[in-house]
Amino acid sequence: MAAKDTVGRWGEDVAARHLVAAGLVILERNWRCSAGEIDIIARDGRTLVFCEVKTRRSGGYGTPFEAVTMAKARRQRRLAAQWLEIAGLSVPDVRFDVVGVLCPRRGGPKIEHRRGVI
Amino acid sequence: MGLARTYAIGLVGLDGHLIEVEAHIAPGLPGFTLIGLPDAVLYEARDRVRAAVINSGLKWPDRRMTVSLSPASLHKRGSSFDLALACAVLGADGAVPKSALADLVLIGELGLDGRVRSVPGVLPSVLAAVRAGMKRVVVPAPNRAEAELVPDASVADVRSLPELIALLSGEPFGEDAGPDLDHGIDEPASRGLASSQPSAELDYPPDLADVCGQADARKALEVSAAGGHHLFLQGPPGAGKTMLAERLPGILPALELEAALEVTSIHSVAGLLPPDRPLLTRPPFANPHHTASVVAIVGGGSSLLRPGAVSLAHHGVLFLDEAPEFRAGVLDGLRQPMESGEVVIARAQAVARFPARFQLVMAANPCPCGQGDSAESMCVCPSVVRRRYLARLSGPLLDRVDLRVTVDRPSRADLLELGAGEPSAAVAERVLQARERAAQRLGETPWRINAQLPGRELRGRFAPERGSLTSVEAAMSRGELSARGLARVLRVAWTLADLSGVDRPGPEQVGVAFALRAGRLPGLAA
Repeated sequence: MAAKDTVGRWGEDVAARHLVAAGLVILERNWRCSAGEIDIIARDGRTLVFCEVKTRRSGGYGTPFEAVTMAKARRQRRLAAQWLEIAGLSVPDVRFDVVGVLCPRRGGPKIEHRRGVI
Repeated sequence: MGLARTYAIGLVGLDGHLIEVEAHIAPGLPGFTLIGLPDAVLYEARDRVRAAVINSGLKWPDRRMTVSLSPASLHKRGSSFDLALACAVLGADGAVPKSALADLVLIGELGLDGRVRSVPGVLPSVLAAVRAGMKRVVVPAPNRAEAELVPDASVADVRSLPELIALLSGEPFGEDAGPDLDHGIDEPASRGLASSQPSAELDYPPDLADVCGQADARKALEVSAAGGHHLFLQGPPGAGKTMLAERLPGILPALELEAALEVTSIHSVAGLLPPDRPLLTRPPFANPHHTASVVAIVGGGSSLLRPGAVSLAHHGVLFLDEAPEFRAGVLDGLRQPMESGEVVIARAQAVARFPARFQLVMAANPCPCGQGDSAESMCVCPSVVRRRYLARLSGPLLDRVDLRVTVDRPSRADLLELGAGEPSAAVAERVLQARERAAQRLGETPWRINAQLPGRELRGRFAPERGSLTSVEAAMSRGELSARGLARVLRVAWTLADLSGVDRPGPEQVGVAFALRAGRLPGLAA
């Protein structure tokens, strides 16, 4: 496993714990299909949340949020539609969140959860 | 989250419009949307501003930012919005106090390193800001002198974005020393653009003392300068037509403050203002090449509306050397601005108005080979070619020219008498006196020089002495002179009267004026 994948995997764990602590119920993690992957699918009260996690070791290449480009946002929506179809669910409220995890060399990770951004 | 507002100026031609720049920072993924009809250069401001903010050591908000330029329907162009965009974003983010931005007009382009670069059109922009009631203006440091020409403007100049932020975060605004105009206006031209520029003030304006002989042409030049009359010089190559024309601005009086501001505004918009001379106080001289297009002469362009040579010659001289070589469309494009004193350029995106009250000087050879009827050499052009050559100058255009002079090659006696010519300073003095006489007579009327007198007044208040029109009336009945031509003859007659200190033009002045118009000079200079 490449270093970046290890970091990403670690970031996703940190993000999942953060979401649970915030009161969300995780339904699925790393759901894959031919078109790509959804990092975390969770339930926040009556709202279904599709969550993208971005992890960065430093801000040198921009913030984690800057890494979520328009193309990635569009793919996220496409994937969500596929998941809903496969799951056969009809949910009134769907939200797209991004969790940014910054893990500097010293000190604990900095986690920021932005709701409904895509 | 955050909302901040500041102001910039959008220029359409010479008219500045106050543009409200609003920035809104909302939660979401990082992004920067710019709305309100920006052009390509302005759209690129997103990247310039971002780099400038980061390189100034400030935080670029990683949120969803929307910047709106209103009125949204006006097309906005250019890089002068950079400062306002950067400050609106920083204000919305809380890095700059919003209250400091609320009544501020920001003009300037940003470099990627946070430097503030100068932009064209600062003078008309600041004029527009003050007219819109916004007195506090920030401009790039190199444009400060230009901005300070505007009365009532409180100008602060900045070299970099960090400097501007320090200024907005507490330091007192501007020094408000007030513009020092009286000092600037009478200064002789010390430095200017190179003479290759379309319009410029020359380092050492050429002097009439260099011209040998040419008594008739010199006299016509003086009349032209005193009354603002259009002039047509005809003669063989090497006779000195160009020399004479180039010396016309040197005998024109210096520009008054209002005219100087207009001329400077036009040159500022065209980006032709010399950096060390914020206020142009000498009449400009534009000599476009004869291959120039209609747009180059009249002004225009597809997106950026630029002033043409007629506007760059506003309050000065437009010199068309080899006039028949200009394209017919170009020459006839001059007719409308010559009548109205302004050019209105209409494009799909905008309509721009440029003032164009210029004095036209045309020079032409008598025929393509150039020899014409001169005594010592023979013309080799077939007669039909000769006729066609000058016919390229259309009748309606020539009808608007008041003074026609044939310039012959100076004789050997003239050439040997080097330095005998009267210097420009002496001629300029007479011109100034004649103009003062005219201005005094015209008093509270809206006209300042004789060329502006309307025909109605020339028959009423400003009619010549009774009985002085007999010779001209004969020419009219022969069909040699149109009604407009008569009015033009009378205007020149007034100028001749002003030059010779006569209170009202009599038969002599009218006769000479008619001879000047018809190009038949009976030893005028004597």
